[in-house]
Amino acid sequence: MDTWLLGQDQLPMAPIREKAIGLRKRRSLSFGGLIYFVVPALFFYLFVVIVPSIRGSVYAFTDWDGLAQNFKFVGFSNFVGAFNSKQSHHAIVVTLIIAVAVTVLQNFVGLLLALGVNSRIKSRNFLRVLFFTPVVMSPVVVAYVWQFLLSPNGPINSIFSFLSAGNLRPSWLGDPNLALASIIIVIIWQFAGFSMVIFLAGLQRIPDEVLEAAQVDGATPFRIFRYITFPLLAPALTINLMLSMIGGLKVFDQAWVLTGGGPSGKTDTVSTIIFRNAFQYGEFGSSIALALILTVAIALISIIQYRPLLKREFKS
Amino acid sequence: MKRYTWKTFILEGGMLFAGLIFVIPFYILVNLSIKDPREQSSSLVPASSPEFDNYTDAWTKAELGHAMLTSIIITSISVILIVLISVTAAYPLARMGTKLTNRTYWLFLCGLLIPFQLGLIPMYQTMRDLNLLGSIWSLIIVYVGLQMPFSIFLYCGFIRVLPREYEEAAWVDGASHFLTFWKVVFPLLRPITSTVLILNVIFIWNDFLSPLLYLSGTSNLTIPLTLFNFVGQWVSDWPLVFAGLVISTIPILALFFSLQKSVMNGFAGGVKG
Repeated sequence: MDTWLLGQDQLPMAPIREKAIGLRKRRSLSFGGLIYFVVPALFFYLFVVIVPSIRGSVYAFTDWDGLAQNFKFVGFSNFVGAFNSKQSHHAIVVTLIIAVAVTVLQNFVGLLLALGVNSRIKSRNFLRVLFFTPVVMSPVVVAYVWQFLLSPNGPINSIFSFLSAGNLRPSWLGDPNLALASIIIVIIWQFAGFSMVIFLAGLQRIPDEVLEAAQVDGATPFRIFRYITFPLLAPALTINLMLSMIGGLKVFDQAWVLTGGGPSGKTDTVSTIIFRNAFQYGEFGSSIALALILTVAIALISIIQYRPLLKREFKS
Repeated sequence: MKRYTWKTFILEGGMLFAGLIFVIPFYILVNLSIKDPREQSSSLVPASSPEFDNYTDAWTKAELGHAMLTSIIITSISVILIVLISVTAAYPLARMGTKLTNRTYWLFLCGLLIPFQLGLIPMYQTMRDLNLLGSIWSLIIVYVGLQMPFSIFLYCGFIRVLPREYEEAAWVDGASHFLTFWKVVFPLLRPITSTVLILNVIFIWNDFLSPLLYLSGTSNLTIPLTLFNFVGQWVSDWPLVFAGLVISTIPILALFFSLQKSVMNGFAGGVKG
């Protein structure tokens, strides 16, 4: 029994009980003093997220080199530079390709897997865990495993060459287009299970009665999916689309480990360029301009996604 | 709908086939890691005489023990701080409902929209100026700050739908704010606390970019960073590398397999808030 339940000033005796009732009126639940509970969180948040982000946004318009204490404003020249530099321009295109391809394919695969494991099959629990396992693994580990799988004499090529009688040995990570495709495949392999569990949660919220009623009415499985399941999955789909799009725009680990941006910068993403330019070449201005472009892109997507949520929050 | 028909059987076959394709990378990872490096057979062929020399080699050559300790220290300090700091902040933010708290909550939500790349370079500069580069504290501070918005968001969503009666009872009985919160509210938050814990542990344990930035070139390397350096050194010796990858993945997989349902629900529910 916790002692605080019986405060010293209100021992359970009759006269004091009345006092306690009086106390109740005076002491109706108020949270006045609690505001200080927010201070530590606010401190860390301002220190790590808000202040650096504001500084970053300001630096994007200056010629700051990361070291010098004084810098001058240069307007939009960092942004112009970022768009004109072939390297950054290419990285933006690559990042967009990855983001779109991952969004489409990861959700397609994730949805198929979710529909599959949401059925009556006996292996459903086992398969759910199996498909989800890569999600919890480090992208670095996953990228290395695939680097070997895709290596010139790796197992994937031995399968390919077996099927084509030795004619086909693609250079997965050496050819720019294949390297890009490889990065996309690896991301999908790792995160399809993530989309799957979100779709699965959405599927499990659809009442069985609705589906049974449609079945009794003679709807084909395809029509049930098209007119009942899919529309009811809309919230799960929106979340999935946003998360995979943002993940695709930010992609760093897979590109850095799998190809290192190579061959010759052909698979550099915005994030790898930011990292390389800033921390290996000391070009902070252009890096930060790129980061700001990335931020605006991500914020726009998030706002579109969060809009219903924001509306609901504003009402309350 | 509920019966196991021949259609279900075909589906079962199809899904198991998908599972088989999916499992190949895992199979090769483990198979190669127990192979004698001199064995010339393809990595698809099961190891003829499984051995664990690669594991002991990788463990010593990559100093995985040290890396694991570093990762465990960084991850546990960070997630404990994240939970304590975010839950104490979320409580008044969810309960007070004043203009000030609502605006503060919105300020935190903004963090969900800002990619950390934007503040990455200025944050690095600040850490350099504070002489914290190479120290695990730089990483812990960064993780605590970065994970505040999401953790507070999860906690607030949960606290808002929590009935107030328990708190009122404790409060009427004379408990202080702190006691009411710590002894009554916090235990009621257990489900969401486990979600916050799981999501943060997995994120921090696997994070690569922040340690690459703050800990490179020091002796405090986390697991992903150690692997990155290790592979750079032994890239031709795949069995050795793979043994290292397996060892470093065991802790997080052990966590996942022992808490399968909570982890998967945490991911599915966590992102929806």
